[in-house]
Amino acid sequence: MMLKKMTQTKEYPTEPLKIWNEGKQLRRRYYEDYLNANEHGGLRWAGGAWSFSAIPAGLGDDVYCITGEPHGATIAFFKDFTAKCHEAVEAAGFPRTLCAYMRNYWGSILLDKYILADGTVIDNHPTPDFIWQDHICCSHGKWYQVAKWLEEKKGKRVPMYCVDVSVGYPMDKPLEDYKINYIINQLDDGIEWLKKVTGREYNDVLLCEAVWNEVKATKLWAEICALNQAVPAPLDEKTMYSLYVMGTLMKHRPECVAFYEKLKAEVEDRVRRGIAAVGNERFRVITDTQPPWGFLKIFREMEKYGVVSLGSLYTYGLIGMWKYRPDGSWIPKDLPPAKPKTREEALKLIVEWTVDRPEWAHFYLPEAKTKMILSIVKQWKADAVLLHYNRGCEGLSVHIAENRLGIQKAGVPVFPFEGNMGDEREFDFTGTLARLTTFFESMGLKKMKK
Amino acid sequence: MITAGVDVGAKYAKIVLLENGKTVMTRVNSTVGFDLLKSANTVFKKALTKANLERDQITQVVATGMGRKTIHKKPPINTQEIIPEVIADAKGAYHLIPTVKTVIDVGAEEGRGVKVAEDGKVRDFVINERCAAGAGTFIETMARALEVGVKDMGPLALKSTNAIPMNAQCCVFAESEVVGLIHSKVSKQDIAKAIHDAMAGRIASMVLRVGVEKDVALIGGVARNPGFLPPLRKELNTEILVPEYPEYVGALGAALLAFEMEGKK
Repeated sequence: MMLKKMTQTKEYPTEPLKIWNEGKQLRRRYYEDYLNANEHGGLRWAGGAWSFSAIPAGLGDDVYCITGEPHGATIAFFKDFTAKCHEAVEAAGFPRTLCAYMRNYWGSILLDKYILADGTVIDNHPTPDFIWQDHICCSHGKWYQVAKWLEEKKGKRVPMYCVDVSVGYPMDKPLEDYKINYIINQLDDGIEWLKKVTGREYNDVLLCEAVWNEVKATKLWAEICALNQAVPAPLDEKTMYSLYVMGTLMKHRPECVAFYEKLKAEVEDRVRRGIAAVGNERFRVITDTQPPWGFLKIFREMEKYGVVSLGSLYTYGLIGMWKYRPDGSWIPKDLPPAKPKTREEALKLIVEWTVDRPEWAHFYLPEAKTKMILSIVKQWKADAVLLHYNRGCEGLSVHIAENRLGIQKAGVPVFPFEGNMGDEREFDFTGTLARLTTFFESMGLKKMKK
Repeated sequence: MITAGVDVGAKYAKIVLLENGKTVMTRVNSTVGFDLLKSANTVFKKALTKANLERDQITQVVATGMGRKTIHKKPPINTQEIIPEVIADAKGAYHLIPTVKTVIDVGAEEGRGVKVAEDGKVRDFVINERCAAGAGTFIETMARALEVGVKDMGPLALKSTNAIPMNAQCCVFAESEVVGLIHSKVSKQDIAKAIHDAMAGRIASMVLRVGVEKDVALIGGVARNPGFLPPLRKELNTEILVPEYPEYVGALGAALLAFEMEGKK
């Protein structure tokens, strides 16, 4: 780690995002739509942010979902409610070492309370009409199996369908047809299952529309992230957390596409005008995995040193879709040549699109994740990497120590810190901040005067 | 030219007064209380008295340690600069042992591993996370449980030839283990050895994260504990050098940097 001379004192113009309030309203409406769906004869379903959300869309325009991980993160942001959720889960006999989002979600069911995006807690946790989940992370399957049991204990029957997506990662060559077909066949069967458990007809036109929305939304988010290669960075990661979340909530919906189109135009405009997210930007870092949601103020502390967090493989690749160009650069994935017209085309397209998801790579190949992190470092002109050894998420933390070694080997300064995305008991804010500032100071940075 | 390095740690404040960037004039330390600034001022005054100097005869003062920000630019010390512990450790250790590549600093509250470049600068570092089980406070706490003086812990451990595993990663849980061992009639010397072995294991696994390259130096107050060095050598499977005044190496590094800064003016 070499000391970097930090002589730049340039101040960049900065301004708030114009689309900010629109995003807040969209998120609030999302939670309210789910809550109120049954009142208007609509359907509610629950599942993970990575589930094939375009498939249930074929049941009608009045089908609303709640994705578990963003909901767990929302709970984590409101520490008092989180503490109550954890108490309830531990009292029910579950250990505190499990996925923190999952515990937040279960706690919400056990307490029979529901939290909206603004922190409003209301009584009666809304029970989904069905669960539609996918399996890649070790917690994903158990999450809804237990959620289903907990609902059943309250006398509510919730049918569940899970799609196994563990077919490998197309690192150097496309996946074999039989692997793709394995997932397609599960989705095909899933459509029949959805018809059976809901008693509804299935509309392939709506399916094709939803698949196309998802493809567009996940590409758009990648394009927005790519704009952060500019100096100064038009977005900081703390802000991006409130923006990428749309893709984790409703990647298949037209509102998501419309929001990202508008956001992309605004960020392009910021780049053109040199508008910075952090006015005193002089040192660029990226992070990894979910942050400790209850302590996002750590990003503001970093700004006092002129440090901007540009994002991470997590913020870019959890939802955003990317590919490698032959020259080795990492760029947003191309849109497929045409919108699907049939169920068969739609299922094939969404499966082939999804198996490329960057944040799935490390489940199979830690070196694939290291490669992507190093691509981000290079292309986004990052000076260092901050790695969150996230005790709350086994899935995204798996192999992270190997990633650290890979980053270190490439000569990039790397700072690991331990914490938990959703359980504040496992994050020492003061200690982490002290070590982080030591890291910055060892890089030649000093706290800047206001 | 006289420069000063002030290292305000969790338990002790240490001061080194340095003449012309080479000769150590004075080393003084004192325990710190809740008021870090007051503690640092007291020890600074002691150092001046011992060296028969006035504050204005000190050209440049650099502070390090966890309390560095609390005392920065405040009278009467009026530090001109503050630096993180890892930089001070590397600087001081490199000055004393020019061949050093890895510095292990074990103080009261923190353990640190620092990889040092050919020019004495920091290449990489690691600091223990969230637990005192890899720092001097751990031994202090365990000494209380064993009802022996903290200074007796090392010599006591050296008397034992038995290896008893202590698995707890947490100081509080480790204390429970010690209480369990006491109730099981395990001898104090065996427990003392188990405590030192456990601590050496924690520190070694932490330092291995940045890699161990010879020469390796052990600094910080715990380096004075004779019971700690043998298990650490064994864990890291390497010779470990301990400078004569290991607890002052950070303060020395700060004083050296103060001298360099003055030279650049």
